[in-house]
Amino acid sequence: MSGSQSWLIRGAQVCAGGIADLILTDGLIQEAGPGLSSAGAQVLDAVGLIALPGLVDLHTHLREPGREDAETVSTGTQAAALGGFTAVHAMANTNPVADTAGVVEQIWRLGGQAGHCDVQPVGAVTSGLEGRQLAELGAMADSAARVRVFSDDGRCVSDAVLMRRALEYVKAFGGVIAQHAQETRLTDGAQMNEGEMSGLLGLTGWPAVAEEAIIARDCLLAAHVGSALHVCHVSTAGSVEIIRWAKSKGWRVTAEVTPHHLLLTDELAASYDPVYKVNPPLRTAADVEALRAGLADGIIDCVATDHAPHPVEDKETEWQVAAFGMTGLETALRVVHAAMVETGLLDWAGVANRMSARPAAIGQLDQHGRPLEAGSPANLVLYDPAARSVVDPAQHASRSRNTPFTGMELPGQVHATFLRGEPTVLDGKLAR
Amino acid sequence: MKRHLISAADLSRDDALLILDTAEELAQMADRPIRKLPTLRGRTVVNLFYEDSTRTRISFEAAAKRLSADVINFSAKGSSVAKGESLKDTALTLEAMGADAVVIRHQASGAPHRLAGWVRGSVINAGDGTHEHPTQALLDAFTMRRRLGRLDGLRVTIVGDVLHSRVARSNVLLLRTLGAEVTLVAPPTLLPVAVSAWPCEVAYDLSAALPKADVVMMLRVQAERMNAAYFPTVREYSRRYGLDAARMALLPEHAIVMHPGPMNRGVEIAAEVADSHRSTIVEQVANGVSVRMAVLYLMLGGADPGGGAPTGVAAGAAGAISPESTGALEVAR
Repeated sequence: MSGSQSWLIRGAQVCAGGIADLILTDGLIQEAGPGLSSAGAQVLDAVGLIALPGLVDLHTHLREPGREDAETVSTGTQAAALGGFTAVHAMANTNPVADTAGVVEQIWRLGGQAGHCDVQPVGAVTSGLEGRQLAELGAMADSAARVRVFSDDGRCVSDAVLMRRALEYVKAFGGVIAQHAQETRLTDGAQMNEGEMSGLLGLTGWPAVAEEAIIARDCLLAAHVGSALHVCHVSTAGSVEIIRWAKSKGWRVTAEVTPHHLLLTDELAASYDPVYKVNPPLRTAADVEALRAGLADGIIDCVATDHAPHPVEDKETEWQVAAFGMTGLETALRVVHAAMVETGLLDWAGVANRMSARPAAIGQLDQHGRPLEAGSPANLVLYDPAARSVVDPAQHASRSRNTPFTGMELPGQVHATFLRGEPTVLDGKLAR
Repeated sequence: MKRHLISAADLSRDDALLILDTAEELAQMADRPIRKLPTLRGRTVVNLFYEDSTRTRISFEAAAKRLSADVINFSAKGSSVAKGESLKDTALTLEAMGADAVVIRHQASGAPHRLAGWVRGSVINAGDGTHEHPTQALLDAFTMRRRLGRLDGLRVTIVGDVLHSRVARSNVLLLRTLGAEVTLVAPPTLLPVAVSAWPCEVAYDLSAALPKADVVMMLRVQAERMNAAYFPTVREYSRRYGLDAARMALLPEHAIVMHPGPMNRGVEIAAEVADSHRSTIVEQVANGVSVRMAVLYLMLGGADPGGGAPTGVAAGAAGAISPESTGALEVAR
């Protein structure tokens, strides 16, 4: 903790509450309230800006080690900071896979060196993501990286016995299994949502049932063994209903939705532009409505980006050979603003809950997601809700350009991000 | 007429009828001693074939050559494509060579759509994955109109693997545009789940559908479907959805039997049906050349880089070949 420089943030709207000043000293919010002053502090005029606790992403692909041509820990965390994030969970599908204490510690250290936001590694559930044998979950939990979230994301833990054992095993150290819910036999060769559009476009369908069947099974398994399940990137209306049912039973099930599933539909596939190719696929307008409603009422706990950078050559191709995935860190808050706030479904306190407090709680990051009050770690984002601009990937810090929001006008602009009292972003630009 | 022909939905009713009328005039030329027109002299047509399809490639090649275009055949085998060159780089290469039209056959749905974003010339879809095959639909419509005299109100039954068939997709769209009534007959496993949104009827019982059909079009059953639980056995498929002589007898007297080829004799169509007087399968091949000539003529004829009307055809792409332009055809001989 450095923090020799104090900051006085003046006149911000704190979440959905009133206007307040914040004094950041020694990595903490020293004081919060109206009319504060602090001798020697650097002053940041935040009139008109909204202060939110630093955003936490449960689902980020940083690609390092292995695919540094797509993203590195450094560029990915720069993108995160510019998007208002102070912590990201780095998914395990790197090369080598993050399935040992050594690899998760390496990623954790790279994050610390880059310093743009905290990097919390996610450990693989199975060795090599191969779905055959449990990875050394306990060793990763006990490592310096302190792994609590385990996922084979990109692949589903298909084997019901293996999934059951994983859920049971992580109870010993309070872990959670984050499942990429995809019944593989039902999605062999799948390219896009199965429905009217896939039929017209002649692209192999990815049916909603392939997601919902796994979610239902895993909810039942989590209940049976009394463990915690987190459902990654929920994409269908039916999934929301299953999770609603599981939660109504009091089972320990949490869920996330991506920004792109809150805004975009499968009709975009008609362009055959693989920038719209993602797994799970973009669904229908009815699904988008259900996901928004589910996030608003808390059945879906949080927003997670599934930031999935890919080099140009993996997207400038025919649809069916292109890579799945979209970048998302730098647009997430703006998309949530458009999809949830401008529609009246969430206020800014709700956004703080779904993008900071809940994901921090699920990921067990006790230094993140805390309310902006005296004594909390000084992790926060200042956001200008009145700004509007067209998304231009050339301006992004991510090494990749595969954002589906290119050319779209979105509200808002991240003005500043603070990590433990130090600015990572100022005036919308990287501060370090 | 749009610059590209990627989907049958790109064609308005007027566009489609113009192509069929033009093809009719060009077909008459095929009976003449000299079949070649100078219309596309100096133009370059590239046949870019990523999938084996001798039938379609030869058809396009013959069509382009009869219009005097320079034809470059670019097949995925033995080319830079086999060395891993991307579609985009291939497109830029063709662009640098000055291709006026690229006829593309590709195993990926949407590949012609992508190609159209990377080249200036016209892109003509010669079949993309399980998406569309618009010139096949045009030649099928041409064949129906020649045999039965009309398309408006014609009842067309398409039978078989609709889910994976680019021929079925293009036919449903084009026949709807031209006023025909389409019924799809297939096992439910081989229909798209949202087929109810398509502008056609759907039925599961072939024998019940045949008595009211003017046209029955049998689709090929691909070998790779046979072991993927789409139907129990080839024999059961053949019994329920194949067209044999007994079923053919259920058709009205005037009805015709079509197949886009290549056929699996004994699976979706019995040999005696394929070889019967109702079968138009050989005609479809011949008509394919005329229809593809019409497409190339109408898409390239009006955009002469030299600025003037294409040599030999006065009317260009402005309308159907008028009596004057037919005169030009005569001169061109």
